Amino acid sequence: MSDRRVSVRKTYKLFIGGAFPRSESGRSYPVTRTEHAARASRKDARDAVVAARKAFPGWSGATAYNRGQILYRVAEMLEGRRAQFADELGGPRKQALEQVDAAVDRLVWYAGWSDKIAAVRGTANPVASPYLNLSSPEPVGVVAVVAPADPLLGLVSAVAPVIVTGNTCVVVAAERAPLPAITFAEVLATSDLPGGVVNILTGHQAELAPWLAAHMDVNGLDLTGVTTPEQALACERAATENFKRVLTAAEDRGTRRMTAFMETKTVWHPAGI
Amino acid sequence: MSVATTPLADVASSEAALRAFLHGLPGVDRVGADQRAAMLGTRSIKTTAKARAIDLAISMVDLTTLEGADTRGKVRAMCAKALRPGGDASRVAAVCVYPDLVAVAAEALRGSGVKVASVATAFPSGRSSLDVKVADTAFAVAAGADEIDMVIDRGAFLSGDYLKVYEEIVAVKAACGEAHLKVILETGELVTYDNVRRASWLAMLAGADFIKTSTGKVSPAATLPVTLIMLEAVRDFRDRTGRQVGVKPAGGIRTTKDAIKNLVLVQETAGADWLTPDWFRLGASSLLNDLLMQREKLATGRYAGPDYFTLD
Repeated sequence: MSDRRVSVRKTYKLFIGGAFPRSESGRSYPVTRTEHAARASRKDARDAVVAARKAFPGWSGATAYNRGQILYRVAEMLEGRRAQFADELGGPRKQALEQVDAAVDRLVWYAGWSDKIAAVRGTANPVASPYLNLSSPEPVGVVAVVAPADPLLGLVSAVAPVIVTGNTCVVVAAERAPLPAITFAEVLATSDLPGGVVNILTGHQAELAPWLAAHMDVNGLDLTGVTTPEQALACERAATENFKRVLTAAEDRGTRRMTAFMETKTVWHPAGI
Repeated sequence: MSVATTPLADVASSEAALRAFLHGLPGVDRVGADQRAAMLGTRSIKTTAKARAIDLAISMVDLTTLEGADTRGKVRAMCAKALRPGGDASRVAAVCVYPDLVAVAAEALRGSGVKVASVATAFPSGRSSLDVKVADTAFAVAAGADEIDMVIDRGAFLSGDYLKVYEEIVAVKAACGEAHLKVILETGELVTYDNVRRASWLAMLAGADFIKTSTGKVSPAATLPVTLIMLEAVRDFRDRTGRQVGVKPAGGIRTTKDAIKNLVLVQETAGADWLTPDWFRLGASSLLNDLLMQREKLATGRYAGPDYFTLD
């Protein structure tokens, strides 16, 4: 027996409905000289939307406290894999570790928002009739996210605000650096996050984003990671068909990433009876 | 249709003759049937062919509601959907309800060409006396049912009491009068594919106009291999007797893909003669919305969402 063993290499697949399937098309594309990622087709995108829709009632119906706990758990799991992510991100070691730490901190920051966003963004409205009038922000439904090029921090910054409020999402990972996204899916899969709340596709943005933008069962669209202005415009135009909420990179401030995918529900309740 | 002039005429003359005939049928190659069904299920049907298949499938749907919670209002809403499923899609083949709601459906569908089907004979278990089953059937027919979906007595069938099953089907067929009789085999309870083949022949010998896989209350319901075996049976039965019998898979067919797999199976097993709503039906409820969504996708080029179709 030789002392040298053959290393077991990971096949990077998609993350749909809590499972790790290959693309239904069977395709993959080269990411580095030695590594490939699955190249999702529009049918994978459709399946991911179905999975996200199925997960929505349970996730949006969970208590805000529970969603916060799960996000915090995601942060814990990510912290535990700090070195692995730093390896995968590459570049100078110190910067890579800083990136991972920033991603963990961002998750914790959004986890804390889970039971506060309604208090901050909701209102008790003064009305000129005997009613108690309350407005509270509610999740819109399924959100399609085109993740920014920054492979880990960008992804976390896009996904955490979408799901913390109770939405479910389909994410198109950064096209040139998709591998940390799939490793991040392993973190999600071990964090008690119900299957289908986050679905991650790798592949060509131009092949996936237009289908998600036009999909009638998608309620929100985050175009932060779209690389060309023409593509962003086309997606925004397609999104009008069913009045999707659209977020573009320019609007990335404070709680905006959360409120972009919430809609206000106002309740009138008779007072003084 | 010409009636049997072959030795089949007297196979039901006695318990022994019936048993000898049914057990004399060739056995089903289980692995072969599974593989053939799976292989036919991989066939790729795209673009214009897919559009045609979707429209054909819509025209074959028996839109069904068989819940304890069914109301007159729900049946009326379902009938409205049967007449105008959505967009410019054609009407479906029939609606299928419990006997007490037949009158409501018949009223809503009068003159439209959409048939009213009713389950009967102590559906879904079939556990009652023959008198009750016949009365159940007669009640549904009197209320205006064009088609009766009866269940066989699986207990009798599994204990080898074939003549009892045969005579019940004959009695219910007589109670149907003009109405068409669909015989539900409940294949999920028949255990083996050999039994599916035997039950298919038994039902056809007794005078079934259609053989149907399942009640929808038992899982597994309409699997592809079972539908394949039943399609082989109707094909062989017509070769032997000249009488054509229809097939209706029901239960568990929820997606357009499932429906198209069934159509491929019909084409490749029984042949194009069966590819009409007169000879092939799909018993379903949620399937219709999926067919409509796929239809919309082909028409608009974007994926459709359930928000834009009726709830049922």
